[in-house]
Amino acid sequence: MLNSYSAELFKFIKRPAVWVLGALWLALLLAFTELFPYIAYRSAASARQAGRLLAPLLPGQLPGHVITGYPVWGGALILVLGALCWGSEYGWGTLKTMLSHRPGRLTFYVAQVSTLATSIAALVIVAFALCSLASVVIAGSGGAPLDLPPASAIAQAMAAGWLILMMWSLLGVCLAIVFRGMALPIGLGLVWILAIENLIRFTAPLIDALGQVEKVMPGADAGSLVAALGAATSSSTGVAAVVGGEQALWSVALYTGLFAAVGAVTLLRRDVQ
Amino acid sequence: MATLPASAQRAALRTTGLTKRYGNRTVVDGVSISVSRGEVYGFLGPNGAGKTTTLRMVVGLVKPSAGTAEVLGRRPGDPQGLARIGAMVESPALYPYLSGHDNLAVLARHAGVERARIGAVLEQVGLADRAGDRFDRYSLGMKQRLGVAAALLKDPELLILDEPTNGLDPLGIADMRALIRRLGDEGKAVLLSSHNLAEVQQICDGVGVIFNGKLVAQSTVQELRGGVAIVVLATPLERAESQLVELLGREKVSVIDDQIRLEVGLDRAASLNRQLMLAGIDVHELRREERSLEEVFIAMSADHLNRPGGSHAQ
Repeated sequence: MLNSYSAELFKFIKRPAVWVLGALWLALLLAFTELFPYIAYRSAASARQAGRLLAPLLPGQLPGHVITGYPVWGGALILVLGALCWGSEYGWGTLKTMLSHRPGRLTFYVAQVSTLATSIAALVIVAFALCSLASVVIAGSGGAPLDLPPASAIAQAMAAGWLILMMWSLLGVCLAIVFRGMALPIGLGLVWILAIENLIRFTAPLIDALGQVEKVMPGADAGSLVAALGAATSSSTGVAAVVGGEQALWSVALYTGLFAAVGAVTLLRRDVQ
Repeated sequence: MATLPASAQRAALRTTGLTKRYGNRTVVDGVSISVSRGEVYGFLGPNGAGKTTTLRMVVGLVKPSAGTAEVLGRRPGDPQGLARIGAMVESPALYPYLSGHDNLAVLARHAGVERARIGAVLEQVGLADRAGDRFDRYSLGMKQRLGVAAALLKDPELLILDEPTNGLDPLGIADMRALIRRLGDEGKAVLLSSHNLAEVQQICDGVGVIFNGKLVAQSTVQELRGGVAIVVLATPLERAESQLVELLGREKVSVIDDQIRLEVGLDRAASLNRQLMLAGIDVHELRREERSLEEVFIAMSADHLNRPGGSHAQ
């Protein structure tokens, strides 16, 4: 198993598309969570408004603030990463090569998912490091206090962020295995996150039944988890307390397990052409 | 269909009634083959005959609808079995963004193979100089060589190769054939799927022929080609024929296109020539005839296609 994990990590690190996607993800994160809010704060019309805009950018608000983008756009890009990893195995025909060599199907699957989990953990850590640095700089420039949040709060936010991204990446993996390719899974995944989840979010207040559906939607539950960690709620980021924090955590964990299981079972049962 | 060779006792690969159905269509129908250690086994058949599906079942990519396969004593796809098999099924498919060397490094890590083997197999297939180039920049022949290198990486006991000489230049083809023959001589079992009948005739010991998913012949190459015959061109034809029938018996003499074909060994040629001359028959030509595998295969194809249920009949 360790051999396969090391092989998959080697393959992952060597793949240019992974670095491009990771860099894009970090750049968007910094832009949407630090740069644009900072520009808005600097352009504030009044001191009161400036104070309101500066507050979430300060180090004390870091845990919830950094993961604000994870439920929607952050998750969408990570879904692409998951679909890219598995979809290209079908596209290039390399799945056939790998499975006719050494690793068994389950070993290969677990090694790839572990690699994805490792890289997402690294991405979350780098994201926190960059956003911490940005918030310290912003606080310094605005003359605001440098009160750091407790380490446990940072750890909780990182773990929640990692879990949310794992859920979306495994949806990408699962769709790629089910549809044996890359394009359709990416298209369907993005439609789900960016369109379906949003449509339900906006229509749920109007129809009771949709309100109940919203409570069990993966994106809405991810948004609830982020909201439970102190992030500002907003319809544009998908962060809203639709369900309680504990329920949201269980739901996101359940979806993560479900997507992983569906991917594994499909791979184990199907013929590889 | 010929019976399995006696050497099946030490078979590295044995399939029994291997069958694959997709809906109502039977792609592979009860195929039973056996490949022994030290044997290079040619798997022949026209396009769409079921060769690649059979190979896929053997390496565990495709699950059989019926029948069994035993690969080095294990079920297909078993990681312990895969550790001792080298396979290239269809065209070589490797990661386009990795170099040839790095592609092998990925496979070596998965298999727990020492890195030193990478250089050795690259050398073996003549790709050491271009090992650092990206796979997507390789020519078809180079990709093919890398696919074979990947199959050799684990120093396998059983090698499964699907059209390994596709895209190679003539020198490359000769090298690859010599390599495969040498592997067989070293005691490895090799299952070689090929369209190239001359290649199979040249390097294979055993051969299985598959048409429409059914194994129609399994034998040694020599047995399949049949024994050596003598062809006689003599006048007058009728007298020569009756003379030879008197000498050898009706079952050993046939006349095809003004030529008399004798199912006898070459050691009889001189005495037959003498007796025909003594009988006043002019012998214009007397030569050895041996059917090539290609002729046998074409004859089998024609026979198969004309049979009810054959492709022509369909």
